[in-house]
Amino acid sequence: MSWWNPRDVGFAVRSKLSDLGYGAKLFLRLAFQGSRSLRRFALVRDQIHFLGNYSLAIIAVSGLFVGFVLGLQMYYALQRYGSSEALGLLVTLSLVRELGPVVAALLFAGRAGTSLTAEIGLMKAGEQLSAMEMMAVDPVQRILAPRFWAGVITMPLLAAVFSAVGILGGYVVGVLMLGVDPGAFWGQMQAGVDVWRDVGNGVIKSIVFGFTVTFIALLQGYEAQPTPEGVSRATTRTVVAASLSVLGLDFLLTAMMFSI
Amino acid sequence: MPGCLLRAPGFFIEMDPAAQPQPFVEFRDVRFGYGERAILDGVSFSLPRGKVTALMGASGGGKTTVLRLIGGQQRAQRGEVLFDGHDVGRMDAATLYAARRRMGMLFQFGALFTDMSVLDNVAFPLREHTELPEALVRDIVLMKLDAVGLRGARDLMPSEVSGGMARRIALARAIALDPDFVMYDEPFAGLDPISLGTAARLIRQLNDTLGLTSIIVSHDVEETFRIADQVIVLANGGIAAQGTPDEVRNSSDPLVHQFVHALPDGPVRFHYPGVGIEEDFGPVHGGHP
Repeated sequence: MSWWNPRDVGFAVRSKLSDLGYGAKLFLRLAFQGSRSLRRFALVRDQIHFLGNYSLAIIAVSGLFVGFVLGLQMYYALQRYGSSEALGLLVTLSLVRELGPVVAALLFAGRAGTSLTAEIGLMKAGEQLSAMEMMAVDPVQRILAPRFWAGVITMPLLAAVFSAVGILGGYVVGVLMLGVDPGAFWGQMQAGVDVWRDVGNGVIKSIVFGFTVTFIALLQGYEAQPTPEGVSRATTRTVVAASLSVLGLDFLLTAMMFSI
Repeated sequence: MPGCLLRAPGFFIEMDPAAQPQPFVEFRDVRFGYGERAILDGVSFSLPRGKVTALMGASGGGKTTVLRLIGGQQRAQRGEVLFDGHDVGRMDAATLYAARRRMGMLFQFGALFTDMSVLDNVAFPLREHTELPEALVRDIVLMKLDAVGLRGARDLMPSEVSGGMARRIALARAIALDPDFVMYDEPFAGLDPISLGTAARLIRQLNDTLGLTSIIVSHDVEETFRIADQVIVLANGGIAAQGTPDEVRNSSDPLVHQFVHALPDGPVRFHYPGVGIEEDFGPVHGGHP
């Protein structure tokens, strides 16, 4: 491939556009075949268990530590201005607006996304997807769609768990360890957090991240070279592409939601 | 048709093989390749109903491609691949899936679903395509497993069975929906002599008992010739020989002779084409004439 040869450049552009078109087509198939896979809810339920339940520990522990750190950092900053009572409000806004959806999505990409990519890639390498096709069963509908919708459903739930545990972490550090008034901690939070503007936008973000991370993981697995090296590369691509997409989308969504 | 428990909803007309002279599968001047490189070029042959046809040839000769063309996983770039008289290349997705319900395929290493037990693997196509009650599905699965001698292995996981057993379980799964046509992709690869003999006997026995039409891609000349009614040898993108096992065994074609008698050198060279030996090792003294 040489960048000064118009033929090579044309080939590369056409190849990328073809990949993009293929990805868009797969996304639409997954999105529109969702109703059919939701009808066989047992398949989706099993995947929610696999993706959600097994990610719960890492999400909860990470949320707790992030809450601890937020509690400490914000307490020292607020104390300078004599506003340490606002600790609960600040910890909660940071978590529900930003850190909950974003960090939970990054952890989800690392824990569940890689697992999805490796599973689909190894099924492909073991000719299981071909076998399914030859049994007149569409692998996109039978294997990919339930995982896709399970990811979309699971992501906001995990983000909610992350934020809730994070708030408890902030409470432990702020109230139990540093002596912030518990009434002020909860009261300021209740008064300052808007359900739709703050919590609602955070939920929308986590749903968008759920679509993004799960789709990238499934696409990488489905398109992986059916070799050990191919699956390994696909798994790495999932983490890189999903993490960058989450961070990029977070900026765009934040700009749209909170700057107006 | 004998041995049929289940049938795909009427897409093709069911006919008695004896009363139907039309071949089950027919290739007419088929070309398939990647870019400029043709894997198959101008290939024509037919698979007679009720018979076992062996497809042989050197690695990379297009044998698995033939199976993928019949199954519609690849489309011919030229010519027609007829499945029961219908061109697979012209089928839309729904028609192709209906046709696939009449096919069974045994993959080289079984391709069992690793997260399901043996029973669930064989039950998979039944659960996907029928509304049968679970008790009946279980009975059918046990009958299929019994046919391959593995009824007792129903609760094992694929990781707990040997390569030969995995192949037999995959065979039970391939015939779960009582197909009319079964494709075997290297069913004997890597099997010990006992498993190999068992697999070969099963293929022949199932073909005759269930009234199937079968195609076997295999490198095992002796075992395949023993069970096949017809042998097709592919080479250089075309058909090098075609006929009964005895006719192919006695073929005077040098390539077929090399293949059938497993000779290391002949039209298919032992050495991959490359630079001369002197270029790599310097002048050779003595040794070679």
